[in-house]
Amino acid sequence: MPPHAVTFYNALHQFMVARREQSGLAEKTVIQVGSATCEKAAGSEAVMKEFSKLIRASGRDDIIIKQTGCTGRCAREPIVGVFIPGQIPIKYERVDAEKVQTIFHDHIIGGQSVPELVLDKKTEKRYDYVITVCSSQRCRHAESDPEVMVAKALKATGIEEGTVRIFGGGCFGLCSSDKVGKQQVMMIFPERILYSFGTQEQLEEIIESHLIRKKILTRYQTKADFITEQFFSLYGDVSFFNKQTRLTLRNSGLIDPESLVDYVMNKGYEALANVLDRGDPNWVIAEITTSGLRGRGGGGFPTGTKWKNAITYTNDPIKYVVCNADEGDPGAFMDRSALEGDPFIILEGMTIGAYAIGAHKGYIYVRAEYPLAIERLEKAIAKAKENNLLGNNIMNSGFDFDVEIRLGAGAFVCGEETALMLSIEGKRGQPRIRPPYPTESGLWGHPTVINNVETWANVPTIMLYGAEWYSRIGTEKSKGTKVFALAGKVVNTGLVEVPMGTSLRDIIYDIGGGVPDGHQLKAVQTGGPSGGCIPAANIDTMVDYEELAKLGSIMGSGGMIVLDDTDCMVQTAKFFLEFTQSESCGKCVPCREGTVRMLEILERITEGKGELADLDKLERLGKLIQKSSLCGLGMTAPNPVLNALHNFRDEFEVHITEKRCPTHKCPQLIKYEIDVEKCTGCTLCARRCPVSCIDGTARQVHVINQEACIKCGECFNVCKFDAVLKI
Amino acid sequence: MDAKAHKLDHDIVEFINQCREQEHPDSYLIAVLHKVQNRYGYLDKEHMAEVAQRMQVPTSTVSGVATFYHFFRLQPKGKYHISICLGTACFIKGADKVLDAFRTELGIELGETTADELFSLDSSRCLGVCALAPVVLINEQVFSKVSAKQVPQLLNKVKEQELV
Repeated sequence: MPPHAVTFYNALHQFMVARREQSGLAEKTVIQVGSATCEKAAGSEAVMKEFSKLIRASGRDDIIIKQTGCTGRCAREPIVGVFIPGQIPIKYERVDAEKVQTIFHDHIIGGQSVPELVLDKKTEKRYDYVITVCSSQRCRHAESDPEVMVAKALKATGIEEGTVRIFGGGCFGLCSSDKVGKQQVMMIFPERILYSFGTQEQLEEIIESHLIRKKILTRYQTKADFITEQFFSLYGDVSFFNKQTRLTLRNSGLIDPESLVDYVMNKGYEALANVLDRGDPNWVIAEITTSGLRGRGGGGFPTGTKWKNAITYTNDPIKYVVCNADEGDPGAFMDRSALEGDPFIILEGMTIGAYAIGAHKGYIYVRAEYPLAIERLEKAIAKAKENNLLGNNIMNSGFDFDVEIRLGAGAFVCGEETALMLSIEGKRGQPRIRPPYPTESGLWGHPTVINNVETWANVPTIMLYGAEWYSRIGTEKSKGTKVFALAGKVVNTGLVEVPMGTSLRDIIYDIGGGVPDGHQLKAVQTGGPSGGCIPAANIDTMVDYEELAKLGSIMGSGGMIVLDDTDCMVQTAKFFLEFTQSESCGKCVPCREGTVRMLEILERITEGKGELADLDKLERLGKLIQKSSLCGLGMTAPNPVLNALHNFRDEFEVHITEKRCPTHKCPQLIKYEIDVEKCTGCTLCARRCPVSCIDGTARQVHVINQEACIKCGECFNVCKFDAVLKI
Repeated sequence: MDAKAHKLDHDIVEFINQCREQEHPDSYLIAVLHKVQNRYGYLDKEHMAEVAQRMQVPTSTVSGVATFYHFFRLQPKGKYHISICLGTACFIKGADKVLDAFRTELGIELGETTADELFSLDSSRCLGVCALAPVVLINEQVFSKVSAKQVPQLLNKVKEQELV
């Protein structure tokens, strides 16, 4: 078969390169502003306007603004990157209109970066070089810590202290099996040269040549195609990022999500071209199977097997592929960020999947609550169609495929695949019994492959770099990377992509920066309302499908909520159950009635009316619901409660026997009292009390009438002398 | 159809007609309802009846879908629609207290609209802005890290038309 698609791709790529050159971008100063929903919420639009104003006022035509998706560094948004040709890119955090002025005048016009505003590093000076060295478990040098090796080499070659910054990075994704433990990879900025070395002597040779003689030592230069290179070369000097391995999110925060030029320039659509020209759908399925990719929506079903099933059991010529972007787990925002940051990768992944199973129509089912993601997807689909990357005869290969967006309407249960299909069909999203599985009888009775956003995003990467390469990342049974949405009581909230098998400790402490305000970690909630809380004692658990299941939680779609010692586990369990209970579609009895009863028991406990026998009832009922519910929602609804009971039973017992909430989170179990030592008799609390239950006159110690108190906490909040005690 | 029932705007009727020409026309029901709600703020009974007739699906199917999905409102929205995120991250950071503050300030419950039709109150499950929790959405604008104390001030600002 002549290489139609590759010829098409080469022409497309050349066209894009020409367009990029025409724009003269390489010589221009680029101001990159984040523009995902969260960035906008943090004020990025005002920042963009302010920069435009200043650029216009300066009359310079060599400065441009570029929008990009979200880097996942949510807590520091809006983030602004300044790229001046030939210099280490500088990223600024929490930029507002005022800071824009400083950045523009001092850095962009004046050439002096503004260290106090720089993302994550409050240093006084700029480094001459930054060396990021791979310190992942796989690469880790057998004899010595790579960071120590570099530090030693710098000293040995007599380089002035403080001029070079060393970083131990996450996995670069370069690992080749025969070199494990022998070869170490590092990147030197600002030239972004990738070296590989085996011994301390070789390392010193490289440093001496590159840093002192300013000559690239080609002998040790690695020519390997480096998947996260683009991301690394921009963000590799920020520790939040270089501890991560960005495969699916490698373009997020890097490219303009509305620009096909940007996507193609970053290897976009190369995988599809290769796949189409090879002309062997079975090979595609075999590659996906070999890669070990498993469903990222939570279930962890092997993707290759799913695809194979769609062609094994039926000869039906009509087939569908579906992207499940109904990210309904409260506390999860990976899919939104992915769609907003890099929509083309999802389209490319779906097109490859459609080709593999012989589908000509695909649907993306997105939550209506994600307007920006929908807008970006619509634009991406339109651009792909204009450029013959969707529609008829894609890349002149003869393959036809079209994608349509379908909006959800706020029903959590529609994330369940059979409900999702009914919703696409325009009906009430009530799940049905499986089998038949969608791969046999899906949309309108035709075989349908449904994969989650992140799963689709992995597909082009696997096809580009090979299944064998992909299968080397991760653990024995869980391959590749996983994106987590880190939120709750953690310093660095945001999106984190790490290889499977990374420990919770690394995610929460190394990347997440630990628990803020001096509090102690209590538990980590994974898997949303279908998952559970992993107690702090299990912090060294390696995160993969099997390990989390052993602890009674699940991977889920990737929400990771950190709880500290001020969080009540009974309340948290109740919160999740309230959620599933109200989201229950009502079709099957165990889920519809059982969750209500469980919730009633939990409410009793949090109101101080529980009995010890309630705990056994909860357990029995929970197990019954797990066994007898119709769909995944019901089967997993009791998980947060059962898991909390298993790990934090003593906390439940204190609520029941002592009628006390150790973390003071259950309003009915709190008692407010006034400290006679501290009360100055200022009368503020008495005046603010909505039920006037505080007695006392000016300069006299006040007393709360416990009978009348409604426990609103107003007195506690207003007291300026900390005299109101919460017991 | 009598003249009174012709209430849907021309472009929505046009959209329905386009959907009718597609494969699986019934599958566009949710999309049509989204358009109607987007235009009028909620799903009025007469609108739903007209959708049913124009799409040639039973009225019971339309109301079945409209009542199944939380996103669809059957009552008019206030001029300012307040949606409080009650997702996990927001809950952990005190969204319940923020909700209480809105309830007290406005004197309405979730799903209700104030008598002057200025404000309506709703909760949403997760807006996906967890890192900025707790989050409140007023019409299209996202307010991040909202505390219960800020609520009266926020409402005043909105009333004074400074925002949204």
